Amino acid sequence: MFDIDLWREIFQSINMNRTRSILSGFTVAFAILLFTILFGITNGLINTFEEGFKDDATNSIFVQSGRTTKAHKGLQVGRKIQFKNEDFDFIKEEFGDKVEFITARIYKNVTASFRSEQNSYTVRAVHPDHQFLEKTLMKEGRYINQRDVDERTKVVVIGRLVEEDLFAKTIAIGKYINLSGIQYKIVGTFSDEGNDNEERIIYMPVSTAQLVYGNNDYLDQINLTYNPKMDFDQALAFSTLITKKLKNRFSVAPTDQRAIRVRNMAQGAKAVNAISFGLGLMVMVIGFGTLIAGIVGISNIMIFIVKERTKEIGIRKALGAQPKQIVSIILIESVIITTISGYVGLLIGVGVLDWATPVLKDYFIKDPGVSNSLVIGATITLILAGTLAGYLPAKRASRIKPIVALRDD
Amino acid sequence: MLKISNLHKSYPIGGSSLHVLKGINLDIEDGEMVAIMGSSGSGKSTLLNIIGMLDEADSGDYILDGLPIKNLTEKKAAVYRNKFLGFIFQSFNLINYKNALENVALPLYYQGLKRKERQEKAMFFLEKVGLTDWAHHLPKELSGGQNQRVAIARALAANPKLLLADEPTGALDTGTSFEIMEFIQKLNDEGKTILIVTHEEDIANMCKRIVRLQDGVIMEDTFVNQVRTAQNV
Repeated sequence: MFDIDLWREIFQSINMNRTRSILSGFTVAFAILLFTILFGITNGLINTFEEGFKDDATNSIFVQSGRTTKAHKGLQVGRKIQFKNEDFDFIKEEFGDKVEFITARIYKNVTASFRSEQNSYTVRAVHPDHQFLEKTLMKEGRYINQRDVDERTKVVVIGRLVEEDLFAKTIAIGKYINLSGIQYKIVGTFSDEGNDNEERIIYMPVSTAQLVYGNNDYLDQINLTYNPKMDFDQALAFSTLITKKLKNRFSVAPTDQRAIRVRNMAQGAKAVNAISFGLGLMVMVIGFGTLIAGIVGISNIMIFIVKERTKEIGIRKALGAQPKQIVSIILIESVIITTISGYVGLLIGVGVLDWATPVLKDYFIKDPGVSNSLVIGATITLILAGTLAGYLPAKRASRIKPIVALRDD
Repeated sequence: MLKISNLHKSYPIGGSSLHVLKGINLDIEDGEMVAIMGSSGSGKSTLLNIIGMLDEADSGDYILDGLPIKNLTEKKAAVYRNKFLGFIFQSFNLINYKNALENVALPLYYQGLKRKERQEKAMFFLEKVGLTDWAHHLPKELSGGQNQRVAIARALAANPKLLLADEPTGALDTGTSFEIMEFIQKLNDEGKTILIVTHEEDIANMCKRIVRLQDGVIMEDTFVNQVRTAQNV
């Protein structure tokens, strides 16, 4: 099946008609180059957006309390709503498997010291589930566990930057850190994909904080994630239900916006998804446009090539070339040129993206890039288009009477 | 070798049609060297193109070496052209990006010969026209006479039964023209049947038979005393 002579003919034709070959290759290479770069940049934009929301679980619901702004059921305006352990248990029991993870938070500012190093940090006292809500990544050791909460152990997990600040010369794990006068054992260190402040946090068991700071059962905030099986509307309905039940529990007016505040990340996630979708659509339009430009380009060139070769076709026919042989020699040549130049365009495009990545980072474009399958798909589309565009004129040329072709000067 | 009877051909021109060949009858035997003469518009090139299967007649019979040439498919016409006919054109019609050797080898490619065999044969015919040293030159690096000799070598390469030449000396000066005719005469001496279309009397007189065409009919068909080119030089 492999006809070495046919290939020799084709490569000679490509090689000896270099200007023509390079010009037609340029069109294809340029189309693929643009396609790669535009796609890559838009992908970079999408990456930036997604990274901005990667820090926390997207199905999070944050519940906070404040002072009432409306009188209700005979209670005064300005009453402070304080969450306690029983409220945490209430949500956990009331909503059952609608809740995926749940944790309380207590905030304290502390001065931490180890040997001669000293600095101020924020302590977050939490339940073990907090790790999954915040997407905390353990570097070493372990996170707060249920036993710590039950036994009110004096242990902490410190962020990467805390360790860098205080334990520059030694390993933090197993050491004791002094937080405003009390010694805690460090059982783990963590990193976080969010901003640097997240890595300056010190975590301790919620019960330990309650014991040490006031010996009460107060909670500052309750965070939970809803069951990921819920869709967007169900998730919104769920957070509305939580709001309603808590307002009822604390005798807060249903219209009071301050006393009980429930923030559902699903809303933000929906906006991000919409933006991502919009960008995706933009990519589609750009890609499609570039491809069409490429297809038009390669079609024009094929028509031109066939026109230019009319006389050669006439000579070949006079010497005994069959129509099939004429068509195949033209088409294979066009496919080879399109394939090679498409690949060159891809290489240049990827090269440009690689080179521009550090610059683009300043313009909110992160890790621009394209999947190989996409670009190969685009190249194949162009090859098919070139083949189709070349086939019709080639077919017509192969049917032309040799005498007409030979007269063509 | 070749038998044509009552051949008609017309070309559409705008709304009407131009009747170019009005009933041509022609017999050519093996080994003949025939000149077809006529002023421009007499139909001589059209006749040659039909004989060369480059064009088709509207009606009439054309039998080449016992084969009726009628309603051929493109594919069959290609095979017949390749097997039976060798063409020599006024403007040489070499492929400009192929060197002399490759041009001569092209009909052999379409005969399906192996590369090595093609090259050997092509070289043999180039030697015959005295261009061995020019085998690897492109047409643009050769003179008109050399190009026409390459074209002759190409026409011979497929070992055709009939050699068709359309004004083979039309683009050449007198000296080179005679040189080319000398080759063609030599080929005829070796037994090739040759058909030359020309409007030059001295070229026609170098053939053995002159067929004069006027307004699409044969006016005169005479055997002449061949003028040998050697006498002219």
